[in-house]
Amino acid sequence: MTDAPVRPAPRPDAHRGPATLSEVAASYPDSPRRRRRLGPSLRRVARHVALIAFGLIMLYPLLWMLASSFKPTDLIFREPGLIPTELDLGNYTDGWNALLHPFGHYLMNSALVVLGCVLGNLVSCSMAAYAFARLKFRGRGIWFAVMLMSIMLPIHVIIVPQYILFSSLEWINTFLPLIVPKLLATDAFFVFLMVQFFRGIPKELDEAARLDGCGHGRIFLQIMLPLSLPALATTAIFTFIWTWNDFFSQLIFLTRPDMYTVPLALRTFVDATSNSSWGPLFAMSIVSLIPVFLVFLFGQKYLVKGIATTGIK
Amino acid sequence: MAVIQEVARARSIGRERRKGDGKAAAVFLAPWFAGLVLITAFPLLASLYLSFTDYSLLAAPNWVGVENYTAMFSDPRFYQALKVTFLYVFISVPLQLAAALALAMVLDKGLRGLAFYRSVYYLPSLLGGSVAIAILWRQVFGADGLVNQVLAFFGVEGYGWVSHPDYALGTLMVLNVWTFGAPMVIFLAGLRQIPAMYYEAASIDGAGRWRQFRNITLPLLTPIVFFNLVLQLIGAFQTFTQAFIVSGGTGGPVDSTLFYTLYLYEKGFGSYQMGYASAMAWFLLLIIAGMTAVNFLASKFWVFYDD
Repeated sequence: MTDAPVRPAPRPDAHRGPATLSEVAASYPDSPRRRRRLGPSLRRVARHVALIAFGLIMLYPLLWMLASSFKPTDLIFREPGLIPTELDLGNYTDGWNALLHPFGHYLMNSALVVLGCVLGNLVSCSMAAYAFARLKFRGRGIWFAVMLMSIMLPIHVIIVPQYILFSSLEWINTFLPLIVPKLLATDAFFVFLMVQFFRGIPKELDEAARLDGCGHGRIFLQIMLPLSLPALATTAIFTFIWTWNDFFSQLIFLTRPDMYTVPLALRTFVDATSNSSWGPLFAMSIVSLIPVFLVFLFGQKYLVKGIATTGIK
Repeated sequence: MAVIQEVARARSIGRERRKGDGKAAAVFLAPWFAGLVLITAFPLLASLYLSFTDYSLLAAPNWVGVENYTAMFSDPRFYQALKVTFLYVFISVPLQLAAALALAMVLDKGLRGLAFYRSVYYLPSLLGGSVAIAILWRQVFGADGLVNQVLAFFGVEGYGWVSHPDYALGTLMVLNVWTFGAPMVIFLAGLRQIPAMYYEAASIDGAGRWRQFRNITLPLLTPIVFFNLVLQLIGAFQTFTQAFIVSGGTGGPVDSTLFYTLYLYEKGFGSYQMGYASAMAWFLLLIIAGMTAVNFLASKFWVFYDD
């Protein structure tokens, strides 16, 4: 993680693209000089225009949903433009109260699940990672391999027995089936992510601490964790986004409307929606995306680092 | 100072050799190990056992041998689910990776505003798996949706894409390609690792852009391509949310979006045929494991490690 390939220190040769090439080209006697002056800047502008246009096309559906959420439903289907002719908050109040409970109830449920999962992952994954990165014990290599393999195991393969297990514990329609697995470090690749990070922390630090009489508990709490804030942040952010977006396991473990989380509420909403109430549905969809968007805005640095080191979505 | 460090190192190594960290490891690994056994390994084996039983949650599992598997292999909807999933995976993942690589190449030209573009292109990856985006997709490709509004502007009359059996799966492929941002970020990180001197040497030798791409960028990037491919394939096989929402949970129209996981869900939690669902689950595991193994074996022939 510390040797993350994302944003290395600015290299002296950072402009190896057109600049270097044209320099090289210019050193040849017959190089076209005019292109050297005009080419790169024109091309650069063209490239920016193309990139912005492409970005707009990509984000257009999102922006359109945002704009539509402020339009009366009958207008949504008549004008594909982005600027609403009137700013109508009616969809939001209608959508908020369209289901059995006000939408805030579902937001609260989702927030509780997310909070539990984030805390669970932070504690359990960092503990396991410390053992794999720093402790010597028998069979470490094998257990590490087992941990890596469990990353690739699809949840669908184990969901049926999990359901049976949790229903025999009478945990269906509680948040426990969603949170307890995180407390037990089943999101293995956060373990992997933190192992990678811990390995980058100089061993001299914990050796010095051990010489001063620190046990592993204190080394973990007072040296490793404070130095691992970036890895912890990455874990927290990804856990937040995935849990917030998660639909499959919530669909299976939560069946009572008062326990519904945001994705389940939206699903009920879309099932009950005829073409006449797309407006309120869009409004609540936007509401459901806001937390993810905020996390994206403020956590970008860690997101990019996290994906680049572990390849997660 | 150096001496003290050496002594410290020798002492700590000596201590490790004497005691090891077995006890501490047991404490630190306890939650993970409990999770591995209770939440992962036990259910994994249980689902293997259940796949040989008839089980509906109400009565005890009843051993039926390979009946679930024979039923599965003579079930046309099972084949339909396989077909839909394979089509989706093997069309949308290569397209998604191609888009990711192309954009990463364009962005890696040392141009200004890289962070901005990267964010814009990455955002869909974060949102793409959510119910809200699936709802949006259902509308965008609906009969009077955004796509058709744009087509109408050009005088073309579109279909109700999501409700047309020939096109519904295509709309979901588009959605997957739309989330190319995550592999793109990984490609970008990989491109940054390629030493600039390779390109300088090549251009002095007269290699054009295409040859530089063919002979420098692509070979050096193959480990990243491989990494992305394995991850995206595994992920794509597990697609559920989008198909569920767009088709209203049915996999329709006419089973054209009946993804494997959707059918598994329907069997296990719709009609409570837990045995059948477990057989499907294990078959999925075999497919993913087999495909990953083939990937790793094939990688010897095309992935180039530069060390």
